[in-house]
Amino acid sequence: MSVVATPKVRRRGWLLAACLVWVGVLLLVPLVGIVITALEPGIHVVTQTLRAPDVIHALELTAVITAISVVVTALFGVVVAWVLVRQRFWGRSLLNATVDLPFALSPVTVGLAALVLFGPGGWLASFFESRGIQIIFALPSMTLVTIFICVPFTIREIVPVLEEIGLDEEDASRTLGASVWQTFFRVTLPNIRWALAYGVALTTARAIGEIGAVLIVSGLLQGKTETATLFIFRAYEERQVPAAYVVALLLAAVSVTLLVVIEFLRHRQERERSRT
Amino acid sequence: MSTPIVVEGLTKRFGSFEAVTDVTFTAPAGAITALLGPSGSGKSTVLRMIAGLEEPSAGRIVMDDEELTVKSVQERRVGFVFQHYALFRHMTVAENVGFGLRVRKQDKTVREARVRELLELVHMEPFADRYPEQLSGGQRQRVALARALAPAPRVLLLDEPFGALDAKVRQDLRRWLDELHRELGVTSLLVTHDQEEALELANQIVVMHEGRVEQVGSPGEIYDRPATPFVAGFVGAANVLHGEVVGGHIHLGSIRIPGAAQLPWGETLIAHVPNDDLVGVVEGDTIHVDLRNPKAFLVGSETSTERADVSART
Repeated sequence: MSVVATPKVRRRGWLLAACLVWVGVLLLVPLVGIVITALEPGIHVVTQTLRAPDVIHALELTAVITAISVVVTALFGVVVAWVLVRQRFWGRSLLNATVDLPFALSPVTVGLAALVLFGPGGWLASFFESRGIQIIFALPSMTLVTIFICVPFTIREIVPVLEEIGLDEEDASRTLGASVWQTFFRVTLPNIRWALAYGVALTTARAIGEIGAVLIVSGLLQGKTETATLFIFRAYEERQVPAAYVVALLLAAVSVTLLVVIEFLRHRQERERSRT
Repeated sequence: MSTPIVVEGLTKRFGSFEAVTDVTFTAPAGAITALLGPSGSGKSTVLRMIAGLEEPSAGRIVMDDEELTVKSVQERRVGFVFQHYALFRHMTVAENVGFGLRVRKQDKTVREARVRELLELVHMEPFADRYPEQLSGGQRQRVALARALAPAPRVLLLDEPFGALDAKVRQDLRRWLDELHRELGVTSLLVTHDQEEALELANQIVVMHEGRVEQVGSPGEIYDRPATPFVAGFVGAANVLHGEVVGGHIHLGSIRIPGAAQLPWGETLIAHVPNDDLVGVVEGDTIHVDLRNPKAFLVGSETSTERADVSART
């Protein structure tokens, strides 16, 4: 069979080439740049950087913030998604729109909003200060802004799946004698598990990479409120360029791994959805 | 063992819309009762209220001399079969059937024995480890029925159980359900819009229209003595004839039927003639006319009070 390049096929070929160049130049070249630059000075720089107390602390802090954010957004994400799909109430569409607010807001704005609430002289600052709880320039505010930014991911993944599944299986479960909780854990949750996992993966990637909001509320206390992204930011400013690149490479590696995991989960979810 | 389902004055409002209005009937113990009506007649809502999936705005439901209206779905112990099967897609056939026993914390050996027994009953033993997606529509509905029966429900509620199946499978499954019901004798309430299905399967039919009960009766009564023009039009493929009273005669096209002296001149009427009554009718034959209900008299009723000559083809 011979392939004849009809004008239509040729046009499609150009389109494909344009896409490849676009993705390649825009996304892959910078990534390759980081890999090469980070590894260029030799492996000893990598090991040295990863052993530095500042770096270890920054990575730990990022891990803690990410872990808390993922757990909180997953829990509330499931609840909010369920309420949005299964309940009809006044203000439902308002809630639905509000969920997407973090997508629309710049993280810096989110950080400033947190300052208004918890910063020096902030609305809620005295309440916590009088109880000896440090919110701003500490882990609580950094986690809070990260959670805020990550709110939509799980919700937006679960809502369409819940909508598609409908009420029948949950109704069936209840007529068979299951309680509301048994129905949730044995029927609803297994049905949304891949969507939830996908949402968690997206949340993780987003939380690890967050810098704008965290930058504002952290107070930039080196070795105390410095996350991995903030470390890169400072290291670069202070001309510790190789260290900045090594940590950047590490974050990129985690993100790429997550991307692969996300792709895998997406396939699982699609296969699940094709079942009826 | 089986219990009747008593429904009294059941009403359901969704906002300002009344979907079900003052529905009253009794589904006799051990029999199949069909709730028959077109889509939007409120029959599914009645069924869902009996199951507890929908809360009635007024009225009550009684089973085993026990008021069910205030009880939760869980406590009612009804088996429910959905139009689109509603099988748990992440569970195997056996797990689906065993679900009702599992959530009631039944012993594992008891559960497994019961699952096997039911899969045998619905002829699905070879498919115990399959997932719903690997089954045909008819097989899925048999699994759904086994699942509903597994926890030994007091009554069985079926919401358009054959609605999503093609005609051939529907026929087979209908016959099979009939046999199964003879064997089990569980009080069953079947929602359907298919009058043939209702006439064939049910011992009693409740005809619904626009949220109200039009008639309750045996298939024979419903078919032969429809109480309202709607029932006559919906049950049986009746011919609808429009007529007018002229000088004590009813004029239906070119037919003139005497015996309407009591009716005012110019009164319009609708006649329903079941197809069966017209099979083989030739010119000169006699058919029966019921003139007791002048708004909707029926040609061909057993209880005819008047006779009319067919003087021409209708």
